[in-house]
Amino acid sequence: MRISLKAIVAGLMATSMIAGAANAETLRWARQSDALTLDPHSQNQGVTHTFNHHIYETLLDRDVEGTLQPRLATDWYVKEGDDTVWVFELREGVTFHGGEEFTADDVVFSIERAKSANSNMRQLHADVESATAVDDYTVEIQMAGPSPLYPNNVTNTFIMDRGWSEENDLIEVQDFAAGEENFAVRNTNGTGPYILTERDPDVRSVLTVNEDWWGEAPQVTEIIYTPIADNATRIAALLSGEVDLVQDVPVQDIDRLAGTQGIKVETGPENRTIYFGYAMDDEPLISSNITDENPFANPLVREAMDLVVDRDAIRQVVMRGQSIPTCVNMPPFVDGWTEELSACPAVDVERANELMAEAGYPDGFSVTLDTPNDRYVNDEAISQAVVGMLGQIGIDVTLASRPVAQHSPLILENQTDFYLLGWGVPTFDSAYIFNDLVHTKTDEYGTYNIGLYSNPEVDAMIEELGVMTDLEARAGVVADIWEQVQEDRVFLTIHVQELAYAMSDDLTLAVHPENQPNMTSVVIE
Amino acid sequence: MLAFILTRLGQSVLVMLAVSLISFIMFRYVGDPVASLVSQEASIADQEQLRERLGLNDPFYEQFFRFVWNAIQGNFGISYRLQTPVAELIMSRLPATIELAMTSALIALVFGIVLGVFTALNRKNPFAAGIMAFSLIGVSLPTFLIGIGLIYVFAVELQWLPSFGRGAVVDLGWWRTGFLTETGLRSIILPAITLSLFQLTLIMRLVRAEMLEVLRQDYIKFARARGLSKRAINFSHALKNTLVPVITIAGLQLGSIITGALITETVFQWPGIGSLFLSSVAVVDVPVMAAYLIFVGFVFVIINLIVDILYYVVDPRLRIGGTAKGH
Repeated sequence: MRISLKAIVAGLMATSMIAGAANAETLRWARQSDALTLDPHSQNQGVTHTFNHHIYETLLDRDVEGTLQPRLATDWYVKEGDDTVWVFELREGVTFHGGEEFTADDVVFSIERAKSANSNMRQLHADVESATAVDDYTVEIQMAGPSPLYPNNVTNTFIMDRGWSEENDLIEVQDFAAGEENFAVRNTNGTGPYILTERDPDVRSVLTVNEDWWGEAPQVTEIIYTPIADNATRIAALLSGEVDLVQDVPVQDIDRLAGTQGIKVETGPENRTIYFGYAMDDEPLISSNITDENPFANPLVREAMDLVVDRDAIRQVVMRGQSIPTCVNMPPFVDGWTEELSACPAVDVERANELMAEAGYPDGFSVTLDTPNDRYVNDEAISQAVVGMLGQIGIDVTLASRPVAQHSPLILENQTDFYLLGWGVPTFDSAYIFNDLVHTKTDEYGTYNIGLYSNPEVDAMIEELGVMTDLEARAGVVADIWEQVQEDRVFLTIHVQELAYAMSDDLTLAVHPENQPNMTSVVIE
Repeated sequence: MLAFILTRLGQSVLVMLAVSLISFIMFRYVGDPVASLVSQEASIADQEQLRERLGLNDPFYEQFFRFVWNAIQGNFGISYRLQTPVAELIMSRLPATIELAMTSALIALVFGIVLGVFTALNRKNPFAAGIMAFSLIGVSLPTFLIGIGLIYVFAVELQWLPSFGRGAVVDLGWWRTGFLTETGLRSIILPAITLSLFQLTLIMRLVRAEMLEVLRQDYIKFARARGLSKRAINFSHALKNTLVPVITIAGLQLGSIITGALITETVFQWPGIGSLFLSSVAVVDVPVMAAYLIFVGFVFVIINLIVDILYYVVDPRLRIGGTAKGH
């Protein structure tokens, strides 16, 4: 019986391999920028992760609906009798591209590496105390306390081979200060569906299908990846048939591309919200004509602003329909999202003006709005639209537009009164938003709490979330925090931005909420 | 002669120091490199630690001297963005830029001179008038618009030429050339035309003006009176004398072609140092930006030095007038 089953499996595998070879398909894929590095733990950046996901693999990953899927781990659960330990059962029979067998020891090594000082992934593993290989295919991860949501944090932590890494001196992640290049920046050895065969940073990379991959053989057997920085050139390359798939499609080109014969456009929401924040502490604003108090600290002013910002108009005019207006600062993929929370108030300029008068600013006030102009879809145009809308209630806004490289340090040092920011939620959990945006700014929390919102009760609830194991009770606390955040209008949320992939019409590739499409999922007709 | 060259060399070193200082100051204060190095959720303490280790908290002069000392040794550090040594990165991108610049310079020179002579000799010809009108486009349209226009016509509509990239390259060990493959040659056409258009029209208009000037000279009239053939007058007497200013301008413009390739390279995704610089600016990759500026400064200093020395060799008047008086 056992033998015949093996024979069937072998037979099936053989046919699928023949089928794969018969339909050798090359996919030419272009997007705006290149992966920064091939070192899997050096940068926590979407473009880099997307590329590396084809070469390396993670314990778990997310499908296009955003739900967790098994990958190198086949099962994962909290250890019975000890809620501070996570157990991952690993896939058997997986090999690295170099032929090394994948075992629990490699997972231990990779998590330790991701936790090390120079790693950019360490924040995601901050609560890990140690990882141990129980046997060849079981890993136990000891957390500092109960961490019911830790599996959300492993979806971009790639697994490297311990032997290969030690041989090539890769135990440490690239150290910028040391001024030396790490071997892993240009060399790879993963377990993933594709093997890197050519790499010229910023120019061209070629990936060839890994015939020994454990998963179902992908239809695409070769990927030619070319970054094209200029929007018009990237679209032209698709129109002229020089590439098959284009990511980062500008919104103004979507309609035209969708109407072009032989090309189709897939759109879908990204796991990211775009919102405005304001200084909420009692210090007077830096840029306002009101110099003795902070108008934004007055809840009536924030309510008036909420009433006068027309999200639907922004969607239609600025985003050309490519956004989902929302009034809660979390994308719909996140645990804790409800339709009620995301509902927006009807625009009511009259009422807003009454509120301004009631707040003591019948003539409004002036303020500077800091906006990035090269980071989010039409970021500067969104800000311009809001400037006009706030003008209706006498708030005289001066727009200060900067590249994100200058916008980021400015807002991180709290040198802003009013700013635009986008926030992605890689863990798909509300706690990620609370920790960085809502909790009072401390060394550990509130890194992006630019407006210095501070509510000790909310802080206590947020800290409690980190160690709660009862998921139902936890959901209750999450809902309570959101209620408070909405009541205080901590954010002036605008929308969830949509992503668009344009491709040759014989291809199908769904938009991934984290903008991390995997070419194994491409279907070719 | 030696004293003249030494003075010029001394001046060049001073210029290079000034360029290093400017590039250092500019980039040290245009944005925070740490913000682009760390992830969205890195804590303030982590960022501070990285800043400390990168030496960004040291006093200004200490950072600057460390920078110059390393630059002299050819060490520009590690690119923050691509994590590879900057010197190596620039050397690997340089061939693409030089090939593009040389091809455009050649196009500009050949077509510029031919069209310039043609329009000067046939002033009443409607075709020549058409060329003159057309040349206004080359002078006034921005490079990226010309580039995108060419892409639209020749890549998207006609599908004759590739819209981006450099095609296949052949690695000669120390130089990667695109001249030896068909795709490489096809790929260089559109970017080279785009980059050359401004210089081409400039040279054409210069040749035309100079030629008209020379044709009015007495010796040309005299040559005509002697009954020399039109061809001999136009080409061996007139053209020869128009070429002196043309060569000067063309030489000096070579520097701007190399540095001006920035926009063209970005539009065509040409993998040269210009596009490297622009992608580095977007993320404040300070080591690459600083190295690029110093490189550009170096190109201009060298070209000027050579031109100065050539003047000295060519023009005997300079030798009498003392060493460093210039021209």
